[in-house]
Amino acid sequence: MRRFPWLATLWTVLVYGFLYLPIVVLVIYSFNDSRMVTVWGGWTLRWYAEAAADQVVIDALVLSLEIAVATATASVVLGTCAAYALTRYRRFPGKGLFTLLLNVPLVLPTVVLAMVLLLFFVSMEHLFGFPQKGFTTLFIGHTVMCVSYAAITIMSRLREVDPALEEAAMDLGARPSQVFFLVTLPAIFQAVASAWLLTLSLSLDEVVISAFLSGPGTSPLPVVIFSRARLGLNPEINVIGAVTVYLVLAGLLLASVWMARRAKQRARENAALLRQAQVEALTSSSAS
Amino acid sequence: MNQTAAARADAARGAPDFLKIESIRKEYDEVVAVNNVSLAIEQGEIFALLGSSGCGKTTLLRMLAGFEVPTAGRIVLDGQDITALPPYERPINMMFQSYALFPHLTVYDNIAFGLKREGMPKAQIAERVEQMLDLVQLKPYAKRKPHQLSGGQQQRVALARSLAKRPKLLLLDEPMGALDRKLRERTQIELVHILRQVGLTCVIVTHDQEEAMTMADRIAVMREGRFLQIGTPSEVYENPKNRFVADFIGSVNLFDGELVVDEPHYCEIQTAECLFHVGHGVEGKQGMNLTVALRPEKISLEPGWQDLPYNAVQGTVAARSYMGSYTAYEIELPSGRRLRVTVTNVDRYEEPYELGVRVTAHWMPSAPVVIVE
Repeated sequence: MRRFPWLATLWTVLVYGFLYLPIVVLVIYSFNDSRMVTVWGGWTLRWYAEAAADQVVIDALVLSLEIAVATATASVVLGTCAAYALTRYRRFPGKGLFTLLLNVPLVLPTVVLAMVLLLFFVSMEHLFGFPQKGFTTLFIGHTVMCVSYAAITIMSRLREVDPALEEAAMDLGARPSQVFFLVTLPAIFQAVASAWLLTLSLSLDEVVISAFLSGPGTSPLPVVIFSRARLGLNPEINVIGAVTVYLVLAGLLLASVWMARRAKQRARENAALLRQAQVEALTSSSAS
Repeated sequence: MNQTAAARADAARGAPDFLKIESIRKEYDEVVAVNNVSLAIEQGEIFALLGSSGCGKTTLLRMLAGFEVPTAGRIVLDGQDITALPPYERPINMMFQSYALFPHLTVYDNIAFGLKREGMPKAQIAERVEQMLDLVQLKPYAKRKPHQLSGGQQQRVALARSLAKRPKLLLLDEPMGALDRKLRERTQIELVHILRQVGLTCVIVTHDQEEAMTMADRIAVMREGRFLQIGTPSEVYENPKNRFVADFIGSVNLFDGELVVDEPHYCEIQTAECLFHVGHGVEGKQGMNLTVALRPEKISLEPGWQDLPYNAVQGTVAARSYMGSYTAYEIELPSGRRLRVTVTNVDRYEEPYELGVRVTAHWMPSAPVVIVE
């Protein structure tokens, strides 16, 4: 490799091309003025207008977002509880079993999970008339899958937090609930936030569970796209894909700008502290 | 010795059993971590629990703080039974070994944390925090986060935070554990100064005997969940009750022997190495087996082999290390065992004994102490 530096460059170009070329093509073809997805017919914005007017797509998008937000929030709340119990409580009957069971949704094929959930909901509806397939079943199904991811993310952070912090808070007069909200939560906040984002994107992305659990008129976006793709691709699909790409890019850009600004601010703070320390050292040495 | 300690305590202090630990026991499954220990600590006393890791000292401290519930026994503080109180209702604060400063809060908010939980008015909190910052000399650092402080400064924040609520009892868990040696010695004295200033009753857990002796009024040496000996630093050092304490605190030469003469004011013990003439009496029968403990700094060296009737052995210098303030020798005795001797370097030009040189080690009758146990 070292003897052929251009080989490394070529490899890098190939890998990134493999990853990003399809996305670039997708974005370009979202401006394609042609009925056919694969034939180039000049530039147009007409598919964007069409997608914006497509009530089915918009309903599906709104539903997807609603489910994703609800799922992410529920998963993070339940996941935090589970992580806290499994890392902080010394021992309780079935602790090992619970830890094991928490990992099952990660390794279980999604189809199996979806099937099981469907059978469960169908028999529930048969027995109690609840829940009907739709938002509720989608929400519960997504949460069942996402709780594991949230719990594992939060648990790994919680293990690193020194239990002495919580003891110190208690020692200083904080009741257990205060300890959690004033000390534990701030310490694991980053993990909780990233677990929320992770489960949000998992839920937005989920096709299999959604396909099994969606009811009439309540199909989330991936299911709609999937069913349309089977009927024959339409440039509108490209538009939906392209818009997703725009949103992700905008998010990444905002995040990196914010992080750069924070790093700069921290550097400035540290420089100020260093200067202060130097001044102190000088004054104290001249005093003595 | 007991009398002087007691007199000193009476003059300076309040209630003699301010903190009472009554036959406390803690078991984890089959393991007994703390085994029926009892203890009374005076108001204003600085008390050290000393022992190697796993001796139960930390478990005992955590029971005082309320993080562990005793299997049996009672803890009474200032007349109040606190055995069943949760940590957040005890008038006790603790300084943690890791300091456990809240990383997301500033120095000010760390110190104010306990006061806010009490529901103290804001102005009063500000006043108290200022006072604490003054006490630990950290006023310019109030707005910093813990990670922007040095180890010594973090320790002082932790101390200020544990003092802010004016607890009845302060617990220190290995307070110097995370500091380097030089800083440690200075901080020990500073810390004791602050504690005396506040007049606080304090229990320290440590595995470092120097730390315990520097800081504490009294020391309890712990082993396997029990107290082996409780006393002032000098009592524990000069009058160890058993071999373990003698060996654990400082360095010591131990000899097994047989009691041959027992008078009220002296006794004589025959060991394999020599006859010990000890300047205190023991309660025992003639012919009983005893241990004699002899500290290295209480032995003198003379050149050449001299015949003395008692309290002397002949040997050759087997090892020597120069430590600056003193020189440590190991003298090989005819029996093959080595005697540890330290000689204070009072003279800059003093010639040390060369390796292999014949010397006589001797000591006063007041140097050795007999351990009956």
